[in-house]
Amino acid sequence: MSPAQQTLLAANEASQHRPLIITLFALFVLATLGITIWAGRQTKDAADFYAGGRQFSAFQNGLAVSGDYMSAASFLGIAGAIAIFGYDGFLYSIGFLVAWLVALLLVAEPLRNSGRYTMGDVLAYRMRQRPVRTAAGTSTIVVSIFYLLAQMAGAGVLVSLLLGITSDAGKILIVALVGVLMIVYVSIGGMKGTTWVQMIKAVLLIGGTILITFLVLLKFNFNISDLLGTAAEKSGKGAAFLEPGLQYGATGTSKLDFISLGIALVLGTAGLPHILIRFYTVPDAKAARKSVNWAIGIIGGFYLMTIALGFGAAALISQEEIIASNPSGNTAAPLLALHLGGVDSTWGAILLATISAVAFATILAVVAGLTLASSSSFAHDIYANVIRKGKASGAEEVRAARWATVFIGVVSIGLGALARDLNVAGLVALAFAVAASANLPTILYSLFWKRFTTQGALWSIYGGLIVAVGLVLFSPVVSGDPKAMFPEVDFAWFPLKNPGIISIPFGFLMGWLGTVLSKEEPDAKKFAELEVRSLTGTGAH
Amino acid sequence: MATDAPPPSKEQHKLPSPEEFTEVQESAEFGELRRSYRSFAFPLTIAFIAWYLLYVLLSNYAGGFMGTKLFGNINVALVFGVAQFLTTFLIAWWYSKHAAANLDPKAEAIKSRMEGGA
Repeated sequence: MSPAQQTLLAANEASQHRPLIITLFALFVLATLGITIWAGRQTKDAADFYAGGRQFSAFQNGLAVSGDYMSAASFLGIAGAIAIFGYDGFLYSIGFLVAWLVALLLVAEPLRNSGRYTMGDVLAYRMRQRPVRTAAGTSTIVVSIFYLLAQMAGAGVLVSLLLGITSDAGKILIVALVGVLMIVYVSIGGMKGTTWVQMIKAVLLIGGTILITFLVLLKFNFNISDLLGTAAEKSGKGAAFLEPGLQYGATGTSKLDFISLGIALVLGTAGLPHILIRFYTVPDAKAARKSVNWAIGIIGGFYLMTIALGFGAAALISQEEIIASNPSGNTAAPLLALHLGGVDSTWGAILLATISAVAFATILAVVAGLTLASSSSFAHDIYANVIRKGKASGAEEVRAARWATVFIGVVSIGLGALARDLNVAGLVALAFAVAASANLPTILYSLFWKRFTTQGALWSIYGGLIVAVGLVLFSPVVSGDPKAMFPEVDFAWFPLKNPGIISIPFGFLMGWLGTVLSKEEPDAKKFAELEVRSLTGTGAH
Repeated sequence: MATDAPPPSKEQHKLPSPEEFTEVQESAEFGELRRSYRSFAFPLTIAFIAWYLLYVLLSNYAGGFMGTKLFGNINVALVFGVAQFLTTFLIAWWYSKHAAANLDPKAEAIKSRMEGGA
């Protein structure tokens, strides 16, 4: 039997247990919808909608941050990347974790102290409001849509595995379902509802991952060396599978790509709007610090287990089967669950259903966080402060945010069909690169550089944004590669898949250049206010 | 950074005046807080990014070294990777300890004075 047939069999096996899969999934959806409606009733003003009333505890927020952060990229993407490329896939785990230190040391507390609802609050604090808010809103929405694209790709991939649906219509149906659910979660439940969905998801994901890790280790009598050895042997690549270089080591260009990816990962997190707004949900900066610490613990534990997920998949499933199921390995984790239980057994189908339901929950929670971040930024930065010039009431802002949710939901459903064959982790890394190029320089300059001006802020946001997105557009991610979004055309003159190595320094450079070339003086009084507030929490609410 | 939860009315506390902020920003006490924060956070940030980049560069250009087996199938690359996890946990703990001991009391003192006087 060929591996492709095996996978088909696996899919059929899963289809036989379709009622079980649908039941598990429906349970999660019903529970979270219930919470959303409850949260919607508690949502009375703008602070409730945007920041969940600011009354979540540090642990609750740490859990929700983890739920917001560990996306389909972490669960499906990293497991797949390790299963196919071995050690090189592990870079994602390390970069995604180390990045939290930037957020902890430089961004979380000052942001909580000086902002209210959005990333734009801090970026525009001492600048001319309308242009900087417009830029911050634009960049928030672009980063979130890149990230959404990856989650939608993950959703489509799961469906084809679970239901044996490979038709575009079936995938679009599921992507549409995810889109509708996220519109409901966010527009009704606001930040409060989203936070609870993310907390539940984090518990499910950690639980599911611990279970799979335990089962993998059990197979190898808890001997990690054995697990690695088997993975190396079964991969057909021998010891090289456990060493860096399989994916990125081939040429000088691919090595540069590895560095580019590494930089984007470590600098991206602290510029992700959907992560930043989570710090507004706790009462003060100390709680924000503690929630990052919880998140580092939870996320770190999870990423350590990706070793077992990825190498476990490589050790227990043939490479042909992994690749036949999805060329980028995105289905390695659910396939691993199936194999751990036994391909032809009910137990295998139950495990597959459970892990797939967990993956769905993962996608839904992250998608909700992203949608909330973009609709908040649209309503608070662009609608209230740019269009209405700060004269909109809280109720009007929330209404605008709810409509923006519907709009963004529809856009992401439309985009979801585009990116099926790309590795989900690679796609998310693009969002990281854009965030690190456009947002991080501006946040750091705003908080720490006295001379920084409005022109500097605009140049760093738009400069970083345009170069990062432009380079992606002309990269092998979009065209000129069999796995690209448009494989049949080739306009990829930029050789790297991740633009970070160029676009991040460029964002920092433009912020500096825009500032030194600006004719206007920085607002010293506003900087005094921002600096004192960001370090002491004076006037934080 | 209040230790107790803020009052239920979450919006619009009265802020101190711009002059007060400028005065505080120029005060020796605030200068001390800023120095204590920056002299800890900035070098540490540079250090962990350098340590992480070292890992990325070694993975790229020192494949032989990274592939050295230490025990069984566990090689330098894996140990190096897991070491990044450990240093991340350690730095998070260290910063939080520094903040609680050296930053929070100073910030608290300035904040309560400014808000008390507002």
